[in-house]
Amino acid sequence: MKASGEPGIQVTGLRKRFGRTQALDGLSFAVRPGSVTGFVGPNGAGKSTTMRVILGLDSVDEGSALIGGQAYPSLRHPLHHVGSLLDAAALQPSRSARNHLLWLAHSQRLGVRRVDEVLEQVGLQSAGRRRAGGYSLGMRQRLGIAAALLGDPPVIMLDEPFNGLDPEGIVWIRGFLQSLAAQGRAVLVSSHLMSELQDAASHLVVIGRGRLVADTSVAELISAASGGRVELRTTARSEAMTVLAHAGATVASTGPDALTVSGLTPGRIVALLSESSVPFSEVSPHRASLEEAYMELTRDAVEFRAATAEEAAR
Amino acid sequence: MTDTIAPYRYEIAPGRDGFAPLVHAEWTKFRTVRGWVIGCLAAVLLIVLLAILTGSGSHTETCVNGKCRTGGDVPTTGPGGQPVTDRFYFVHQPLAGAGSITVRVTSLTGEILPGGGVAAAAGSSGGSNPPPGAVSAVQPWAKAGVIVKESTQPGSPYAAVMVTGSHGVRMQDNFTHDRAGRSGAVSATSPRWLRLTRSGSTLTGYESSDGVTWTKVGTVRLSGLSSTVQVGMFVASPPYEQFSQHLGGGSGSQAFTIAGGTFDRVSVQGGAVGTWSGSQIEQGDLPPPAVGKFQQAGDTFTVSGAGDIAPVVGNRTGTIERTLVGAFAGLIVLIVLAGQFIAGEYRRGLIRTTLAASPRRARVLAAKALVIGTVAFAVGLLGAAIAVPLGERILRSNGNFIYPVSSLTGLRVIAGTAAVLAVGCVLALALGTILRRSTTAVTAVVVVMVLPYILSVSAVLPAGIAQWLLRLTPAAGFAIQQSTPAYSQVAAQYTPINGYFPLSPWVGFAVLCAWAAAAAALAAVLLRRRDA
Repeated sequence: MKASGEPGIQVTGLRKRFGRTQALDGLSFAVRPGSVTGFVGPNGAGKSTTMRVILGLDSVDEGSALIGGQAYPSLRHPLHHVGSLLDAAALQPSRSARNHLLWLAHSQRLGVRRVDEVLEQVGLQSAGRRRAGGYSLGMRQRLGIAAALLGDPPVIMLDEPFNGLDPEGIVWIRGFLQSLAAQGRAVLVSSHLMSELQDAASHLVVIGRGRLVADTSVAELISAASGGRVELRTTARSEAMTVLAHAGATVASTGPDALTVSGLTPGRIVALLSESSVPFSEVSPHRASLEEAYMELTRDAVEFRAATAEEAAR
Repeated sequence: MTDTIAPYRYEIAPGRDGFAPLVHAEWTKFRTVRGWVIGCLAAVLLIVLLAILTGSGSHTETCVNGKCRTGGDVPTTGPGGQPVTDRFYFVHQPLAGAGSITVRVTSLTGEILPGGGVAAAAGSSGGSNPPPGAVSAVQPWAKAGVIVKESTQPGSPYAAVMVTGSHGVRMQDNFTHDRAGRSGAVSATSPRWLRLTRSGSTLTGYESSDGVTWTKVGTVRLSGLSSTVQVGMFVASPPYEQFSQHLGGGSGSQAFTIAGGTFDRVSVQGGAVGTWSGSQIEQGDLPPPAVGKFQQAGDTFTVSGAGDIAPVVGNRTGTIERTLVGAFAGLIVLIVLAGQFIAGEYRRGLIRTTLAASPRRARVLAAKALVIGTVAFAVGLLGAAIAVPLGERILRSNGNFIYPVSSLTGLRVIAGTAAVLAVGCVLALALGTILRRSTTAVTAVVVVMVLPYILSVSAVLPAGIAQWLLRLTPAAGFAIQQSTPAYSQVAAQYTPINGYFPLSPWVGFAVLCAWAAAAAALAAVLLRRRDA
């Protein structure tokens, strides 16, 4: 019943031009099962276009997007293969949430029982009979996620699901996405804010101007951004600086009793300070936040953008 | 860490791919928007209410010497129940059992009576007298010939063979049936022999140019014909009518005419009495100069007469489709729903959800067309099935005469109205897909479908343009509502203003279907090509 081929999503060499804008410029990446992949980039980077291409809604000039090895338009009852949420506001306002899910279910030969199941999964069972037009943005996001779950698909793709959610909702979605990945599903979640993906995604696809900027695991990205620096807390700042600089490290002062050390491992720092009897209260590897790591990546993208803009202006 | 988790396999069997789930989904979409369901009920209600209004607003009263009663002049009706004109001059004698009549017609002349009365049509800019050149002309459908008729009672069954002013020899029976014989005008040098034989209920007409070689024109059966009938010669000449319709109105003129026919070599075989008597059938409002007469000299008869033996045509007010004015209101409500059914999805971005769920886009369009078409058909059928009998009943109780129609014609008018609404909705759906905007699509359908009809039947446009509009635009589909046929043997204004469409009911409907099919095909192509 299920198509053979690479599970998850395979995007290869996508190119698409809207008039004079190159929306997608040779974009390739893969979304693997069992993890949540964050799909990040500034507004207008091409995230939504990529998702529409994956769903067969937009055509491309070049390249392919495959779901489990198959092109979307060739899927029969596609909601059993991919569940997606593109726009939580895409609802007929006078139709109830339950009826919205019901027509979708009917299009996939599913019944009303499945509708009630997914409503319960997203916590909308009591509000299901209300007009979708009266829903808050957070409830619409939940309804959109329910629709994505309807076919119980192995691939789930959500465009900006954190938009309009309160903190409680954001925590709920993070946990929910991780539980979906833990069931072995491939989950792709887009966001223009990296902080939203903190603690949600384990893998990241970062794009800018329709091109791939980074395709990496969150752990790798953070360690790369951390750059082997060590945080040191000490009341004897100047002594510590002297000892460590003497040992070849680069030391920067980051506070009245805080230093950042590069070029030495934490163990070597502890040994050197102990030998010289310099007091210290804490030695720990510096851990960059996802936001910091992302800023570093997109700074390059912004520079690249500025450079090309200059070129174009010339 | 992710390698330890097996790729997910869904547990719900997807079942076979097919069209039925799409139709099911689109039906669920339609019925779950309360406004749309209310719109359908409103459309039914509009169709019915406007029928009641039309019926209640139309009264016919007849007043004689200050005493009024509901009801107009009851028209003469033929054997089929339809209103007929049965006015002619009849030189006749009884015929018992089988027999035949043979005559030679040597001339047929005619004239337009002066001051015969000028009638102007609604919205007219005034009548005018007949052009002087036409005064001595014989009317194209002036008739002189032999006839076997049940009795001298107007409307009674008959069969006749005749020469006409400019339509050659014809055999006609029971007002509505007509078949052509040899063409050409009759004169002393080119006379026509006519023969009509009666055997039981079978009547056969013959013609000959020399009285030796006979050609059969036709055979008809008149069921229930009495054993003793009236046989003889007749002359009739329908009134002169001229009508011109131009932008914003029309003008017309009408005058009585009279025709004269010369018959010789008259012979009657079978059980006839042998003495001829002359009767003006259905004298009515005929002015004295138009009343017919005959003269006999040996076996030569000179007969003059006015009137016609034909179905009444050219009167829209007495048709059953008049009760369906509400169908337009219903149609407009329904095309708004049809436009929203697709364009509303574009407006809200819901089209992406739909097309992601069903990537075969042409099928989505087909499913939508099937759902909205079926809904519109049901609405139209329910509305028309109530409106027609109800409106008819109210009209009749207010004294109006309504043309009786066969149950098959009534069914065609009712189901045809429903079908026009259904196809109109498919057209609106297709345009909604092409234009992606509900208001634009609805406006487009109103402009191409409703407007041409209203302009055509309301005497705003000249008749010629009106007829072309009703041939070429989707408004041609309303032809399916025409319950009274046009008769080629009756000269009349078969124009939209009088309720006559230029195309036959099913051909007109086919024109509408062709438009809808073309729009749907274009919509399907664009839906597949464009990014959603």
